[in-house]
Amino acid sequence: MSEKVMNRQEFDALKTSAEADLKLSEGRPSVLICAGTGCIAGGSLKIYENLKNECESRGLHVHVGLTQESHEDHELHIKMSGCHGFCEMGPLVHVEPQGILYIHVKPEDCHEILEKTVLGGEVIDRLVYKLDGVSYPRQQDIPFYKKQKRVALENCGECDAEDLREYIAKGGYQAFEKALFEMNGEQICKTILDSGLRGRGGGGFPAGRKWESVRRNVADIKYVVCNGDEGDPGAFMDRSIMEGAPHCVLEGMMIAGLAAGCAEGYIYVRAEYPLAVERLRTAIRKAEEAGLLGDHILGSDFSFHIHINRGAGAFVCGEGSALTSSIEGKRGMPRIKPPRTVDQGLWAKPTILNNVETFANVPQIILKGADWYRSIGTAGSPGTKTFALTGNVVNTGLVEVPMGTTLREVIFDIGGGIKNGKKFKAVQIGGPSGGCLTEEHLDLPMDFDSLKQVGAIIGSGGMVVMDEDTCMVEVARFFMHFTQNESCGKCVPCREGTKRMLEILERIIHNEGTLEDLDLLESLASTISETALCGLGQTACKPVLSTLKYFRNEYLAHVVDKHCPHCNGKKKGLVIDPEKCKGCTKCARNCPVEAISGEVRKPHSIDQDKCIKCMSCMKNCPFGAIREE
Amino acid sequence: MDAKTAMLNRAGEIIDSYGSKRENIIAIMQDIQAEYKYLSGDVLSLIAEKLGIGVAKVYSVATFYENFSLEAKGRHIIKICDGTACHVRKSQPIYDAVYKYLGLSGKRKTSDDGFYTLETVACLGACGLAPVMTLDGEVHSKMDPDAALALLENLKKEEGAAV
Repeated sequence: MSEKVMNRQEFDALKTSAEADLKLSEGRPSVLICAGTGCIAGGSLKIYENLKNECESRGLHVHVGLTQESHEDHELHIKMSGCHGFCEMGPLVHVEPQGILYIHVKPEDCHEILEKTVLGGEVIDRLVYKLDGVSYPRQQDIPFYKKQKRVALENCGECDAEDLREYIAKGGYQAFEKALFEMNGEQICKTILDSGLRGRGGGGFPAGRKWESVRRNVADIKYVVCNGDEGDPGAFMDRSIMEGAPHCVLEGMMIAGLAAGCAEGYIYVRAEYPLAVERLRTAIRKAEEAGLLGDHILGSDFSFHIHINRGAGAFVCGEGSALTSSIEGKRGMPRIKPPRTVDQGLWAKPTILNNVETFANVPQIILKGADWYRSIGTAGSPGTKTFALTGNVVNTGLVEVPMGTTLREVIFDIGGGIKNGKKFKAVQIGGPSGGCLTEEHLDLPMDFDSLKQVGAIIGSGGMVVMDEDTCMVEVARFFMHFTQNESCGKCVPCREGTKRMLEILERIIHNEGTLEDLDLLESLASTISETALCGLGQTACKPVLSTLKYFRNEYLAHVVDKHCPHCNGKKKGLVIDPEKCKGCTKCARNCPVEAISGEVRKPHSIDQDKCIKCMSCMKNCPFGAIREE
Repeated sequence: MDAKTAMLNRAGEIIDSYGSKRENIIAIMQDIQAEYKYLSGDVLSLIAEKLGIGVAKVYSVATFYENFSLEAKGRHIIKICDGTACHVRKSQPIYDAVYKYLGLSGKRKTSDDGFYTLETVACLGACGLAPVMTLDGEVHSKMDPDAALALLENLKKEEGAAV
């Protein structure tokens, strides 16, 4: 697209011509290759290249985007799409018009796909998804997709993530156009409020209320900030949206800007998501070139600019005030609230701060109305929620379901149950800030409020499934290790408290804990959750509390029986490498229990019966001769 | 021009390209680190001078974020994901195997020959392919200890042949 659209008429003309292109291309063969991080890691870029080469060698006329020339007769469309969500089966290749989905495709399969399916209309059974002996050649029939309802992910996997023209042809930027010319700020805020859209980042705060507060605040400049710092280990829905539908995020932010009178937008993206940064940058550039972003958009008084900030590896920056201080170029540490972000956010100005998925929901709400959105999901939590389904489950991937769907439906119907025929034990929802749910919760409808009641949260939507072989104490230790590591150190309860909790958990894991330790864990947990400065500390104890509640017997196995059936019972021991040890005696002098012996200048050794694994020898050895085994 | 002066000159260019603005300090450090893999003391002083803030302020930002390294790293960087999904699907044995293969000990993360640096990362968001590791930024999926070691062997052989 080279022409800049200057006003509403020109935008409508662009829309009409893009739609016409799309209509013409429909029914023609096209191949969509998933280019999400997962499938790229599986080699999907090579598949794309191979397929293009195959076509060229056959002299086929190929189009790699929705261009104006596609009015001309062409034989094939090849597109790189966003994440299809079925990451376990990647790399994925989708063939239209038949709607066939091929899984685990290899670059060498391209020839066959082109010859047999694209040109011959024949299905290659070898590449088709199968379950219980039944083949599912069409994507929409696959059980993984059948129960899903895609709103935030609507454009992910269906169109070319980098093609602005295709996004417009599929209704993109129409919500923005409507908001710009037909609605005022108050009406936009009211629509979002009426829709019941709640923040998808974890808190579940009504987005409309946030917007309305910022709108009412008077300031010389206000900001829109999009939180793409998806730090929860095991969550990747925001990454997929930013990679697969970057324009959708931009459009949501622009509507927020319109609603509250903001002229500047920032997207804060995790450093670990380079592809998302690249796609967002391209999207911003294309939107600017098309005149949809910048000064006096479509000839109106509205100007809006979007900047990208890359995170630098700090989980705590997902917290609102930490995120804004990181954008300002400071240490990303939370501050005391109030003042809230809506009053004093970025550079102490009123700021709308929402998460990627929240913004991705906005365009459709504006276009289809609050009532439409309310018709999906539950009364208290309308709409859909994306979950990243991972762990010991058959179909890992990205799932979007209406709020109120039960865990059983997500894990068993969509996720295909537990890997290797094992039994389901628990699911961890909401990452390090969330809790574990067990078999008794499988039929619980998942929404913000009902999960809160049982001690878990929806959080950002990470869902890690654990089978019968998993030790839940180890899971609690893993999350505590994570939060302890990520604690920013500003407030004492979190900095010191999580460290003590981690020490206790490690003691228990090594079968050295006592029953008093369990009480101590509970009392520390309640102190930290009441006194920590920000959400990171306040929720850090949730995994411990919920595993203590539902899997106390596993703690008891470690504490009382001194033998956990899940952790193969073997304790790690410290050994001295005789080749590296110079016999300096430093370790022996440091050992608090005199477990190390040996002659000067000769290799020392550790008495495993005496050793308490305090690691002081390992930390102090100048030659790095001591290791865990 | 020696390597140190060249690095400082290049760092100066990067700082200028961001208009020497204080709020861009993280982006500036990211760009410098992308080229030199770490931030030396001289570089931090230069940033402080050019942005007109104290060295302590620059140091405080550099040490806060996990991505910044104040020490030189090996030629190739291995990152093993220890996010929840990878952890549940056994990423620790991969880490242990690589750790042993590189002959590391204690907090030392770079092999003696300076060829590899081993790190962990909290989550790459490629949970569907767990366990994953990256070698110089390229994601390798569904790893196990043997596959990881084979990958490292291979690169070493390739580079050995090239030299």
